[in-house]
Amino acid sequence: MAQLGQFALAMAFIVAIYGIVASLIGIRSGNDKLIASGRNAAICNTVAISTAIFTLAYLFLTNDFSVAYVAGHSSVDLPLHFKISSVWGGQEGSLLFWSWILTVYSALVIFQNRNKHRAMMPYVTAVLTGTSLFFTSLHLFVANPFKVGAIQMPGGAINLFRPNDGAGLNPLLQDTLMVIHPPLLYAGMVGLAVPYAFAIAALITRQLGDTWIRTTRRWTMATWGILGIGILLGGKWAYRELGWGGYWAWDPVENASLMPWLIGTAFLHSVMVQEKKGMLKVWNVCLVVAAYTMSIFGTMLTRSGLVESVHAFAKSDIGGYFMAFIVVTLSASAYLIIDRLPYLKPDNQMGSVVSRESSFMFNNLVLLVSCFAILWGTMFPVISEWYNGDKITVGAPFFNRVNVPIAIFLLFLTGVGPLLAWRKASTNSLKRNFLIPAIIALASGVPLYFLGVNHFYAWLSLVMSIFVGITIIREFYKGAQARAYGTGERFHEAIVNLTLRNTRRYGGYIIHFGFVLLFVGWSGQAFSEKVRLPESRIGDKFQLHQYDLRVEDMGVREGPNYAAQYATVSLYEYGKKIAVMSPEWRKYGGRDQQGTTEVAIMSNLKTDIYLVFQGSTDGVSGDFTIYYNPLVMWVWIGGTILAIGTLIALLPNRQTTGRKSQSTKDRETEEIGQTV
Amino acid sequence: MKSKQLKFLVGSVAILVALVYFGYQGFNESMSYFQTVPELYSSGEKAFDRRIKVQGEVVKGSIRREGASTVFTIGPTDFKPPQGFVPGPDTQTLQIRYVGTDVIPDTFRDYASAIVTGHMKKDGTFEGTFIQAQCASKYEREAAAGVTAANQ
Repeated sequence: MAQLGQFALAMAFIVAIYGIVASLIGIRSGNDKLIASGRNAAICNTVAISTAIFTLAYLFLTNDFSVAYVAGHSSVDLPLHFKISSVWGGQEGSLLFWSWILTVYSALVIFQNRNKHRAMMPYVTAVLTGTSLFFTSLHLFVANPFKVGAIQMPGGAINLFRPNDGAGLNPLLQDTLMVIHPPLLYAGMVGLAVPYAFAIAALITRQLGDTWIRTTRRWTMATWGILGIGILLGGKWAYRELGWGGYWAWDPVENASLMPWLIGTAFLHSVMVQEKKGMLKVWNVCLVVAAYTMSIFGTMLTRSGLVESVHAFAKSDIGGYFMAFIVVTLSASAYLIIDRLPYLKPDNQMGSVVSRESSFMFNNLVLLVSCFAILWGTMFPVISEWYNGDKITVGAPFFNRVNVPIAIFLLFLTGVGPLLAWRKASTNSLKRNFLIPAIIALASGVPLYFLGVNHFYAWLSLVMSIFVGITIIREFYKGAQARAYGTGERFHEAIVNLTLRNTRRYGGYIIHFGFVLLFVGWSGQAFSEKVRLPESRIGDKFQLHQYDLRVEDMGVREGPNYAAQYATVSLYEYGKKIAVMSPEWRKYGGRDQQGTTEVAIMSNLKTDIYLVFQGSTDGVSGDFTIYYNPLVMWVWIGGTILAIGTLIALLPNRQTTGRKSQSTKDRETEEIGQTV
Repeated sequence: MKSKQLKFLVGSVAILVALVYFGYQGFNESMSYFQTVPELYSSGEKAFDRRIKVQGEVVKGSIRREGASTVFTIGPTDFKPPQGFVPGPDTQTLQIRYVGTDVIPDTFRDYASAIVTGHMKKDGTFEGTFIQAQCASKYEREAAAGVTAANQ
């Protein structure tokens, strides 16, 4: 079977080259048949890569340990869903997975636009297939998932080697979240290739209006949302699996996924300025190039071992190929942008400092600074080593100092921006929109302070969350009231219809509201506490704020493929028992001598009590660490609302009657880029 | 028009200056030298007044608890400690006493690649306040040991 995979990759390589050449020659010479042939080649590429990945999955399911990658990442007793997730559990397979998503996207794009954008599409096909070709070359020549195991014998002969069982999947990765988190991240990062391909096609064909933006709006939106959810799920995994009480550590691999997301966020906002005002054209093509490059760069960062990270895959020499690809991409894109500058002139001039466009501009400015600071901090060991030989790393304080004020400023813009008028907001409208929310927010700041929120940024972030939350709720309220009055609908019907008739606007508000809740959750971090309790015995009690914990029991139990020491701890709030927590300290067989923590988490809207048990050496006393993490739940709630908002923003607007009006035409243009 | 552009410029520059200042503060607070054990030893006296992130492989069987702290040794890859071995520059190994309050990560174990943040002490041991550990590479290495992948 491995030969089939190998063959599929070779086919993919050949059809991809043909697809690129045919598309380009076809459009240059105006040969429609050749263009169609290039398009078909791109589809064949999808089929070939799909064959490769399904072959790899089959090898995992049939425990074919003659293939080195399967032997290295699976074992006979691994549960089925983890065997499937092992396909993307390591270097070679995850790259193949990346390719697969890309080719599936390409096929979708080609299908959606089969009768549209005749001039641009061959270039779009060529760019997407070109990216795919780069990855196929990696599979074939650098990181081949279908290599068979072999032993080099003394004397140089090579014998094929087929172990009876595989090395298994890292126990930390045996978590359902790890089945869905990586695919979401890839689906998000890879998706950025689509708007990039359209931008390049627009540059080449000089069609630099907002066609390419409208066409890809849903792609960008969907992939941005998926990437965001992927990042949050990664945080959730870290929180429940790694046992250090947090969900974000500014690790290079985490940063690698955050950077393209930040640029994607900037892009999603600044394209609105181009759509509405015909400005920021150069900026938008630069942003989409940056977002795409960042997604490739992030993929490289995770896989090359360029920067030390706790999550990275094994060190490999793959970095050089990525770097070369990035340099080629950047220089070609830069050349095109500079050459087409005359076509990228703005249709309008910038408005006042207090206007919608300027709020977008400041949003973009700080998002880019944030991304740049993260890039700088992540790459600093490499930069400093190159500069004077010392590898200097920076830690969380650096990232937090820069990004916390940026985040709060962005939150502020989230509340203010959508309600500012284009060109110039009048003092009257400012008062009407913001006076009441501002007064309520500031007024609630006082009790917040006396309730113990004495950390400046946390206080500011909570006050700002209240302010922004109120502006968003008022928008829904006002809109629904007006609609209910106009149509005679009931209030809740009016809210639903309002949202469905302008999904982009109200979906956007819901996304913003998700962020408000995320900020509430993040603010809680300022008040996290940690207590370490070595050598605690049955019957011992500890107190943490309003909570009391009592160790009820400690013992040993056997799991299916591990032995666990467990503790039973009762949790009381204000003296009332609210939960029984059972953290464990597990030892999986074989290589795992040190044990793994299974944390117990009591989570409610106010606080998480996060209990880590690190086992007992003498059978009577054990080590515990308790984390008091306020408001963490709001991070996950915010993330859920973010996902819902994104879905709503992706829906086409619902129309009232069948009249062929301007808005119907708008919808048609918009649907060009529809994802699903 | 001119004054508008000026306002944007002033606003943007003010934001940037503030952020650069915050970044500078955070940099000073958290910068540390990332070194392997041999690099740490070869940096001589300078090692004593720097915050250091030292990286090495956890020597098999060296992890033990001493009260609230954990003591272990890191060294070169696949290091086999001889009888009566004492960590030090001769073997390019380093004894570490972890005194931090964070829970030691699950990935930390024999043969794990550990990155310990802390300070070098005059007695030749290293006092760590934060441990990161990676075992995934070990898994991949184990799989590769004796299984040199080769093309068909």
